[in-house]
Amino acid sequence: MIVMKDVYKKYPNGVVAANGINVEIGRGEFVYVVGPSGAGKSTFIKMMYREERPTKGDIIVNGINLATLRNKRVPYLRRQIGVVFQDFKLLPKLNVYENVAFALEVIEESPKQIRKKVNDVLALVGLTQKARMFPNELSGGEQQRVSIARSIVNVPKVVIADEPTGNLDPETSWEIMKIFEQINARGTTIVMATHNREIVNTIRHRVIVVDGGMITRDEYEGVYGYES
Amino acid sequence: MKARTMGRHFRESLKSLGRNSWMTFASVSAVTVTLLLVGVFIVIMMNLNQLADNLENDVEIKVIAEPAADAETVKQLEKEIKATPGVASVLYASRDEELDKMIKSFGDELNLYKQSNPLGDAFYVKAADPHKTAEIAIKIDKYANTYKVVYGEGKVEKLFNVLNMSRNIGMVLILALLFTAMFLISNTIRLTIVARGREIEIMKLVGATNSFVRIPFVLEGIWLGVLGSIIPMAVISISYYELYEQWEPRLQNELFQLMNATPFIFQVNGLLLFMGIFIGMWGSFMSVRKFLRA
Repeated sequence: MIVMKDVYKKYPNGVVAANGINVEIGRGEFVYVVGPSGAGKSTFIKMMYREERPTKGDIIVNGINLATLRNKRVPYLRRQIGVVFQDFKLLPKLNVYENVAFALEVIEESPKQIRKKVNDVLALVGLTQKARMFPNELSGGEQQRVSIARSIVNVPKVVIADEPTGNLDPETSWEIMKIFEQINARGTTIVMATHNREIVNTIRHRVIVVDGGMITRDEYEGVYGYES
Repeated sequence: MKARTMGRHFRESLKSLGRNSWMTFASVSAVTVTLLLVGVFIVIMMNLNQLADNLENDVEIKVIAEPAADAETVKQLEKEIKATPGVASVLYASRDEELDKMIKSFGDELNLYKQSNPLGDAFYVKAADPHKTAEIAIKIDKYANTYKVVYGEGKVEKLFNVLNMSRNIGMVLILALLFTAMFLISNTIRLTIVARGREIEIMKLVGATNSFVRIPFVLEGIWLGVLGSIIPMAVISISYYELYEQWEPRLQNELFQLMNATPFIFQVNGLLLFMGIFIGMWGSFMSVRKFLRA
């Protein structure tokens, strides 16, 4: 699903955020990416949806090599990947329904299909009742559910989440994790960067530790921690 | 792109005007103020240009035939003048008509000369291109049987120089004003788009192509241009029409004539609308472009 080969990333300011990363993530896997702040976690995640380009090496997502992917083709890559952020990134002037529908309008889906898919996905995240509300009328957890709904509405093969529970209280975080579990159960690959030790240690999945731009540990059923 | 998507862009661009009402107001005001300035300036320049054209077209060459020449020779000279390249029209005035004109301007004492008219027949020659007047005059002067060729040597050249300079200055001013307008308006639009950078970022994250992001913004720019050109068009149309109605009768026989209101106002309006649309489009296009790189 996702393959990184000798990936090296140096920013113009000289910071080396990826220093020879090799990793392979299979279809349907659930992977936590952990590591201290500034360790290259975000770069690792961003390179997967081509927000950042590697300086050297290959990144293959769903059969597409992002290192050689032309800018013009990036939108088509993004349609195969759902992305969820810590700060939700919802459009404040659109209501819940419109925010989710937006992802389908962009790919020129038919109005009928949009209605059906949006309603289905809102039911999945439990927001059917709040479809007409605006982001500022929702709690943080609800906003994150809208953002997840938007990321999966066109059934991507991969969902990439950058600290999706970072802004949420523990209880809400568990609700969000439940939704990710459901999505994963349907066969969607999930890559999640997180700082939440409790979640990682409770809902056991593969753990990749990124530190100093390198993968220092990669364990199935792993636990949180990168001090060793 | 599907027609449905185009419809969506169309609706989105209109909705967005309302959603971002303050930014819409700011951009439309900027377009209004600058187009009003540009419009007023164009009206003034075009009228001054017309004055310059009238002045230029007023320049003519007077060719006086040798007073001793007989009718046959004068006919021959007329033919020669007409055949000169660059000559637009030749008006013949007999020596008697010339004398009548002189009597009119200098008084009846000149009636004395009616017995034996010392004047020669005259031709009033206009050049197709007034700037070639001197050149043509010199050519004609070389023909046989010309007594004198007059075209206001020195003065004409000076007049042309002044007119040319004023035209150039006018063009430079209009261009400078247009450039400032473009800069001002595209900057305002840029600010409104920067404020919506997040929107663009999200569109790109969910897989919108660049043109999908760009089209609603460019359409919005067009609306801004159209909205911004309404007031300038109305103000300029009404005030020019009034001005024309008031002044045209008083300027009947003057060299300075106002441009006729009817095609002129429409032309200026068309130009303003076009500029509004172009500037709006261009401003949006350039501003969005910044976000679409990478």
